[in-house]
Amino acid sequence: MADMAATTESAPAGSDRPGVARALLNAVMGRLVIAIPYLWLFVFFLVPFLIVFKISLSTTAIAMPPYMPAFGFEDGVAGFIAKLGEMSLDSYVWLTEDTLYFNAYVSSIVIAAVSTAITLAVGFPIAYGMARAPASLRPTLLMLVILPFWTSFLIRVYAWIGILKPEGLLNQFLLATGIIDEPLIILNTHAAIFIGIVYSYLPFMVLPLYSSLEKMDYSLIEAAQDLGCPPITAFWKITFPLALPGVLAGCLLVFIPAVGEFVIPDLLGGSRTLMIGKTLWNEFFNNRDWPVSSAVAIILLLILVVPIMVFQQAQAKAQERGR
Amino acid sequence: MTGTWSRFNIVSIVLGFAFLYLPIVLLVVYSFNESKLVTVWAGFSTRWYGELMRNQGILDAAWVTARVAFISASVATVLGTLAALALTRYTRFRGRVLFTGMVFAPLVMPEVITGLSLLLLFVAVGLDRGFLTVTLAHITFSMCFVAVVVQSRLLTFDRSLEEAAMDLGATPVKTFFQVTLPVILPAIISGWMLAFTLSLDDLVVASFTSGPGATTLPMKIYSQVRLGVTPEINAVCTILIGIVAVGVIAASIINKRREVQRLRDEQAALQEG
Repeated sequence: MADMAATTESAPAGSDRPGVARALLNAVMGRLVIAIPYLWLFVFFLVPFLIVFKISLSTTAIAMPPYMPAFGFEDGVAGFIAKLGEMSLDSYVWLTEDTLYFNAYVSSIVIAAVSTAITLAVGFPIAYGMARAPASLRPTLLMLVILPFWTSFLIRVYAWIGILKPEGLLNQFLLATGIIDEPLIILNTHAAIFIGIVYSYLPFMVLPLYSSLEKMDYSLIEAAQDLGCPPITAFWKITFPLALPGVLAGCLLVFIPAVGEFVIPDLLGGSRTLMIGKTLWNEFFNNRDWPVSSAVAIILLLILVVPIMVFQQAQAKAQERGR
Repeated sequence: MTGTWSRFNIVSIVLGFAFLYLPIVLLVVYSFNESKLVTVWAGFSTRWYGELMRNQGILDAAWVTARVAFISASVATVLGTLAALALTRYTRFRGRVLFTGMVFAPLVMPEVITGLSLLLLFVAVGLDRGFLTVTLAHITFSMCFVAVVVQSRLLTFDRSLEEAAMDLGATPVKTFFQVTLPVILPAIISGWMLAFTLSLDDLVVASFTSGPGATTLPMKIYSQVRLGVTPEINAVCTILIGIVAVGVIAASIINKRREVQRLRDEQAALQEG
């Protein structure tokens, strides 16, 4: 960690005592600034994953905690090694034997992908409209997009139950206006999940799209149109490629959490919809099978590790650009 | 058409915002409904708010949530600000890639995974589930959001101000508190508010990491929502929305004022110099 101090020095360290003292202080402060959050995330973010992995290799037991072997070095290193021998892949085998889990993974990915596509289709015109709005209006519009994000996720999903249920407000409205003759069944179907995800994650899509569209030079489109390019071609050849960083960031911000979503499928999807976040929850809270829920989490993490790394890469790049 | 705000643009914004706000508006409106049936309007009434005040379970949960949110937001703000400083100021240190990963991954990590992994950690070290464990869990994921918010402000920060202060003999600590902190304070405040609302809203992570006696408001709401939509829940939700909306709007107005003041001060300083 020696090079840590190198970047903290603002003035060349002089040979006089105060200069040395200050360089030393700088170095210590620099290390603390890094070490404190680093340690925290290491203990509360990274180590827990290792424990999840370890427990996914344990077998279920009727005990508290309900798995065998229990973790720890209390029996010394030899005891620890003995316990390594008791590790098993039972939970993973179990996941492959029951098609329920495989189906849940596949349907989660499909539902998340479809929802992400719909969110992009809904979010793009909004972000584009915001980016083209008069500059004086933009901060207000931006705030209006962010505000729902501050409102509880649970509350926003809950609000849709009252709207979508058979005797709910949407059906009341459609029946009253004569658009439909009998109530639509939306709640407890995939359609309700799509609506829930699109609604809840829309700000995550609009914000990155807006920030890349806002920087765009619109004279490019004028030039294209002056040269006879139809608006739709101009959109696909100029606007969309320039908005790609925003599209990528937005899609990942929606897709990754949506795959593991629990609240939306649970409240809007009913009992028949299968999503892995819900499966994990049930496995843990209803079946109390900790090793299997850990194995479910590990596989989910493996599925998401590539998108998460792409997301981090994109974030790091954006950070470089901002520097 | 290209140079202006076209009709298509305006229509998409209006529709988009209607989609975003209509469900919340309906929820708030129906919290003032006299009828027990949420979807049948039977006249204006505040009776559900009265019922709420007599519901000890919800009041207890609200008190737990408020304390968890306040403590976790405050700690997360300190940790997140440090993380943001580490990310922007120290471009080379061992394990930086891992560090960056640990800051950004929780932003998108499915909540069920975060919740389960933290619970297993607490069980492994023998920490009883309750108020403390929920708070620790909330600090962990919200500090990353704070870090991102503060980091984006630090990236546009003019380092020469700090260098000038240090050249004039200020220690790094003094420079931070007298030069850096005042400038990034608005970002730190919005980071704190974000952390506070994240904690206020969290259901999944809290369900995993909480124990008896530490039921948070979202857990309470969730257990009642599963039994069906009730006007009482609409009333709780309306109060929560009200608190958050007032807080966010007030903060943005204050931030704007400070920004204007700062620009004015800078102008004045330039003219004097």
